[in-house]
Amino acid sequence: MLELRGIGAGYGRAQVLRDMSLRVGSGEILCLLGRNGAGKTTAMKAIMGLVPLMAGEVLLDGVSLGALPPHEIPKAGIGYIPQGRRLFGELTVAQNIEIGLMARGEGREMRERVLGLFPRLRERLGQRANTLSGGEQQMLATARALCLRPKALLLDEPTEGLQPSMIEAIRVVVRQMREEGVAVLLVEQRVDAVLDLADRVAFMENGRVVEEAAAEALRADHAIVDRYVGV
Amino acid sequence: MEFGPHLMLAVLEGAVTAAVLSLTAVGLSLVFGVMRVVNVAHGEFFMLGAVLAWWIAGAFGGHAALGFLAALVVAPLAVGAMAVLADIVILKRIGYDPERTIVATIGLLYILQQVTLMSYGPEARPVAAPFNTRLALPWVEWGEAGPALYWPWGLSITSYKLAVIGAAVAVLVGVWAVMTRTRIGLVMRATQLDRDMALAFGIPVERVYALVFGFGAALAALAAVLIVPISQAHYLMGGDPLLLSFIVVIIGGLGSLPGTVVAALLIGLSDGVISVFFSPTLAKILATLLVALVLVFRPQGLFGARAA
Repeated sequence: MLELRGIGAGYGRAQVLRDMSLRVGSGEILCLLGRNGAGKTTAMKAIMGLVPLMAGEVLLDGVSLGALPPHEIPKAGIGYIPQGRRLFGELTVAQNIEIGLMARGEGREMRERVLGLFPRLRERLGQRANTLSGGEQQMLATARALCLRPKALLLDEPTEGLQPSMIEAIRVVVRQMREEGVAVLLVEQRVDAVLDLADRVAFMENGRVVEEAAAEALRADHAIVDRYVGV
Repeated sequence: MEFGPHLMLAVLEGAVTAAVLSLTAVGLSLVFGVMRVVNVAHGEFFMLGAVLAWWIAGAFGGHAALGFLAALVVAPLAVGAMAVLADIVILKRIGYDPERTIVATIGLLYILQQVTLMSYGPEARPVAAPFNTRLALPWVEWGEAGPALYWPWGLSITSYKLAVIGAAVAVLVGVWAVMTRTRIGLVMRATQLDRDMALAFGIPVERVYALVFGFGAALAALAAVLIVPISQAHYLMGGDPLLLSFIVVIIGGLGSLPGTVVAALLIGLSDGVISVFFSPTLAKILATLLVALVLVFRPQGLFGARAA
């Protein structure tokens, strides 16, 4: 279970997150919705320790991550799939996966598992990551994060700019992670893409979570969604 | 001496310069590539390598080769350790900020230089080469009976200079193997490509930085130990290697190791040839002019990627 307790974070003196609280259970997909600038990406960076916490704490399975240096946070079991994928572009597919495996000392067995999830990557092991297509890059970014055997998985706009078949492949894997008991925190812009995948939805405004709802309720009543992300 | 043999001599001298320069410049290039730190004190790490080599070689009695071998091992390690300390005590504290690190390493440059002046003194001191046989070199001449070899007077090289070239090639191959074939090389390249993602995948970036800074300084010190039997140790000897390394790193492309080696060959060889036929000052003028041209027409360097 991943829990944020009243965290504050920002860049320099510009505070973006204010007293933000959130809880993602194991085997649950929580989607973070909100307009641009609401603080969704910053929340993910704050969890990863890439943006320092000004207040509050982040807990994974009840253990506080706040005191850890940033490179120890993924080792606690958090896999991060950032916006724009951010692969190690000049390294090969195999080397990107290798870096994911090194983080928590996973080995050949985990490598086979992620390559089994994304067979396309196996055909491209020796290819440089920045020569892959957009969908393949997203697969690699996902595979790299799964190599950590994560307890919590952070996905920041994973379907941005992908064709429908690729989007489906990513969704299948995200569902599979839920079945395996991973706590999944998902940031998405497109509401319709989210509602049939997520279990719960949290709406963000001005750096805090202002409302939470079950995805099922939102499917029945679209009014709340329109209030927070409608144009 | 005729033109042909003269040119060959100039090229060989240039090759020794290129060998030492490529080691020094690869050290600078690694530090800039991985850490984005412009290390102005790099030449002083070179100087420390030479001064320590003199000191270590003097501490050993017996055959000259024994002291030199000890210096070859101990001096780069000691200088590398010093650089790691400088990284932890200074660069880490200022958050590797690009502007502040320049000012900080300028400060480090003067501290190292003045401490050396106060302890080692202003003299230039030699270190005996472990072996130094003079090898006469042949040249081909077309006589009446077809091509024939002869040994022109003055065309020679020492066995030590050849060994310097060989050692530099071996070390460069070693660096290349570490960067492309080992886990630590993979970690360094990942850190270079995306620092935040390296952190997000459990790479201890600050430890990698300290290691790279130490490794870069150790390469400069190793280059200096190799050259000190030819050129002598002096507390101001760091200036030229620093200038030439910057020239080489800019021409080769910031952070590109193959580019750095190619540019070191280019600058080293042309420096040798131009110094022999014209003057060393002209060689430096032309090298600096080349940097200006590269910066104007190909700012990313010969081998650099366009957007870092």
